[in-house]
Amino acid sequence: MKFLSYSAITLILWLSVVFSLSAQDDLLDMLESDIAPKDEKEFVYATFKTTRIINGQSVENTAGGHLNFIIGHRFGKINDGAYEFFGLDQATIRLGLEYGITDWLNVGLGRSSFMKTADSYLKIKALKQSKAFPFTATLFSSVAANGMKWSEPERDNFYSSRLSFAYQLLMARKFSNAFSLQITPSMVHRNLVETADDQNDDVFAIGFGGRIKISNRVSINGEYFYQLPGTNADKTYDAVALGVDIETGGHVFQFQVTNSKGMIEQYFIPMTTGNLLDGDIYFGFNINRVFTIGKKKKSD
Amino acid sequence: MVEHRGIIQLIQTQTYHINMKTKLILSITLVIASNLAIAQSKFFTRNGSVSFFSKTPMENIEAVNNQSSAIFDTEKGEIAVSAQMKGFEFEKALMQEHFNENYVESDKFPSATFKGTIKNYSKSAFNTGEEKQVDIEGDLTLHGVAKHITTTAKITSGEGKIAASTEFNVAVADFNIKIPGAVIGNIAESILVKAVFQLDPYTK
Repeated sequence: MKFLSYSAITLILWLSVVFSLSAQDDLLDMLESDIAPKDEKEFVYATFKTTRIINGQSVENTAGGHLNFIIGHRFGKINDGAYEFFGLDQATIRLGLEYGITDWLNVGLGRSSFMKTADSYLKIKALKQSKAFPFTATLFSSVAANGMKWSEPERDNFYSSRLSFAYQLLMARKFSNAFSLQITPSMVHRNLVETADDQNDDVFAIGFGGRIKISNRVSINGEYFYQLPGTNADKTYDAVALGVDIETGGHVFQFQVTNSKGMIEQYFIPMTTGNLLDGDIYFGFNINRVFTIGKKKKSD
Repeated sequence: MVEHRGIIQLIQTQTYHINMKTKLILSITLVIASNLAIAQSKFFTRNGSVSFFSKTPMENIEAVNNQSSAIFDTEKGEIAVSAQMKGFEFEKALMQEHFNENYVESDKFPSATFKGTIKNYSKSAFNTGEEKQVDIEGDLTLHGVAKHITTTAKITSGEGKIAASTEFNVAVADFNIKIPGAVIGNIAESILVKAVFQLDPYTK
């Protein structure tokens, strides 16, 4: 018995030698299983192609040391008819610059011809989707100042009346290489509202946005901002947009149809007047061009 | 003869009693020793450098991966390399994103690998501490396509360390990587790949 048990142990030991030899026979298998780093904390990239889904922000930031120049353009309403060449005779424009101080902190400046408005914002990527965490979360905070002449110059007008603010929590998940979805709780505060019966100057909305990639370089995007009932006294419509992103290397072109004319949150969330059913549809595009300014900063 | 047999028997019984335990101890020693031998015949790194360069009149593109892993079996003269595609760092962040998303499709093909052998390898001629120029032949797998390549490498082996470096050209078209017309002038058809490894003895 004793002899048997010793023999058994010996046999097992020898088998283990043979096994360990054969198990390590393929160098590449050994490399990938034992040596190559396992990236548990590998972060998801490119949830969206650029920093906007269509009108609204996406969770993406312009990378650290990079400057994104955004030209936003909305033509007139398609239902203006042939005299306005179906809207193409008119245009509103927004010129924007967005700089990545780091990969997670962006500052932006913009000027819209619509309501002669300057806007500035901060965008902070707070959480990143990885195998360990299900979504990316970005905070967005913006202030805009409209530069229109006072409609009643004879009364006391304050600069603060020009200001409006937008706050958003952008949460998006890249479900697959082709499909991403974003939910965006939003609040817009306007210091001065248009009508006296507009008692409540805070408008709350939830944005829904998504994209489906139809090729590596082209995606179809959709966006909808649902205004919570009772928070906006103005008779406006929820902003809806449908668009295509085309990425060509240095540029991302975004073409869209939407019922809103404004290109900043303060305007398209609470002030969209286009009724889709009446054909109040604006055709437009955004051109994003990224310039490398500083040395790329490592994100971690 | 009888006396002899007696002695032999004595020895045999004596050794038989020791034998079982000795065998066990011997076996354990052998297992450890053989594992050590295996370990010592392999050298590895987790932070090798693999970089590539694309030069065109329009622009120069360069990317480096400093977390490439490599293993070298000094018994057989075999070498294996693996580099995560997402580990390649570009100066332009957008370029890096496009590299992963559009060109090498990192989600589908997460790593590039090479597995090959040194031609006419002999261990004794190798371990001299001097730089040797060798020919390496093997399969480079990238973007899901395996291609047989031959390259020359400089290898210095000695004092428990191995240094290896190589450079070679690969054709983008060989690996089924599509370049759209708009940027065809910006990306070279032939890409120069450089790899530098400092290998240490492999222990589990």
